[in-house]
Amino acid sequence: MIYRFTCIVCPLGCSIEVEMENGEVLGVTGHTCPRGMEWAIEEVTNPRRVVMSVVPVEGGALPTVSVKTAEPVPKEKIPELMKFLAKLKLKAPVNVGQVVAEWEGIKIVATRGA
Amino acid sequence: MEPMPQISMLSYDVVVIGGGPAGMAAAVKAKELGLNVLLLDENDYLGGILPQCIHPGFGLHYFKEELTGPEFASRLAKRLVELGVEYRTAARVLEIKNYSDLEKVVIFTSPAGVYQVWTKAIIYAAGARERHAFEIGIVGDRVAGIYTAGEAQTLMDIYGILPGKEVVIVGSGDVGLIMARRFALEGAKVKAVIELMPYPGGLARNVMILRDFNIPLYLSHKVVEVRGRGRVQRVKVVRVDENLNETGEEFWIEADTLVISAGLIPSVKKLKKIGVEIDPATGGPVVNDRLETSVPGIFVAGNSLLINDLVDYVAEQGELAAESAKEFIEKGGIESRKWVKVRKGQNVRLIAPHYLSGDRDVYLYLRVARPMENVELRIPEIGKKLRLPVVKPAEMIRLKLRAEEIQKASEKLTVEVVRA
Repeated sequence: MIYRFTCIVCPLGCSIEVEMENGEVLGVTGHTCPRGMEWAIEEVTNPRRVVMSVVPVEGGALPTVSVKTAEPVPKEKIPELMKFLAKLKLKAPVNVGQVVAEWEGIKIVATRGA
Repeated sequence: MEPMPQISMLSYDVVVIGGGPAGMAAAVKAKELGLNVLLLDENDYLGGILPQCIHPGFGLHYFKEELTGPEFASRLAKRLVELGVEYRTAARVLEIKNYSDLEKVVIFTSPAGVYQVWTKAIIYAAGARERHAFEIGIVGDRVAGIYTAGEAQTLMDIYGILPGKEVVIVGSGDVGLIMARRFALEGAKVKAVIELMPYPGGLARNVMILRDFNIPLYLSHKVVEVRGRGRVQRVKVVRVDENLNETGEEFWIEADTLVISAGLIPSVKKLKKIGVEIDPATGGPVVNDRLETSVPGIFVAGNSLLINDLVDYVAEQGELAAESAKEFIEKGGIESRKWVKVRKGQNVRLIAPHYLSGDRDVYLYLRVARPMENVELRIPEIGKKLRLPVVKPAEMIRLKLRAEEIQKASEKLTVEVVRA
């Protein structure tokens, strides 16, 4: 199985191919730097994303505060995390940088105050 | 009969119009430089569009760390408040008047009344507006469910309202792709992203969103028609040829929401009214290397100057505009022995600033017309050459020229992007 990516490590945007078999990386081609290779392997074996959303807040100037995960989350867990975030409700005051919740050890941080 | 409303008079060194990243950075810098400054914004909150841009990717250059939009905005706002910069929100500028170089008037309304502000300089940082459905030739029923990407973003990420459940997005620029992700994350079905050009318009990291959420991207296609009763029900998509002309190939997509992400246009109406010269390529004013427009003492920064990709450069422009306003007020004008005109050469679609003094280092901001690989950016008049592996219209090039380099040019310098 060959996975194709446009690398996002730098603006060069190399087309990288990662060849996989039974969960093993057989080879990486198309990259022009070691960072690109590392990124592509990570992207195939363990893709992660920082997740952001908004959460309703009571008593703030705006009706929501924006939040993000303090670290990247495994891609396949994102739908589950979104369900968790959809149930959150906060009360003002909330400060930028405040940890407003925790989910499976991952901190949910406010990025907009209320 | 109602009595005539009282118009309150105020007086400042500099008025900054727009409280987004350009305006806030300008107001902070102006205050640091000892100017008496007033910042005006028509929104109820500072930050411009940043508070609704809740994704990361901001501030790597300006704050040397990766922030979300609201975090970037709150850092600037914090500095603004710490320095005691005066600002008014919900303040809508009605008119700018230019009586003489150091006598200008800004009239604005606010919940507290109408104000007339006398000022020596103006920094205009009112951002941009979005192109809407009518401007890109979409016809059909007048129904609910058609939003610009920015409107959809305001609804979702400021007010917490999901604008629709089955979404078609027009335009694969960064804003369109980021909204595709937001809709998908919040449980809506993004049925397609439709792109007129044969290549995606956004940065590679944003194009990846499509793979993450299995969203089909139709390149060389356009939405031409919307149908529905009361609400969007379906949209018609047509394939275009290499000259962007419609082919006969067409199909319908069922959707309740159409999101238009078809580019931004600098908001310069109030500047045009007082005779500021506009560059048709950038859509913003023609400026010199102090970001001064053709009307002395009126400076411009951010997306009103030209559409930027990175907020970091927007803030940098704001700071430069503030330094320039200080120079203008102190010397009674921006003087230069000569102005070197910047010309667009091969494969350069737009560039600013337009006139360089050679008295100071300058950043040129430019975009190419079409993507190219393995190119050289050249300025023949001064013997400047720079190798670039890739150039894309979606990615603005920022080029630093030192004062000594500019001085080598006599009347003009031509920036061109050619095969190396």
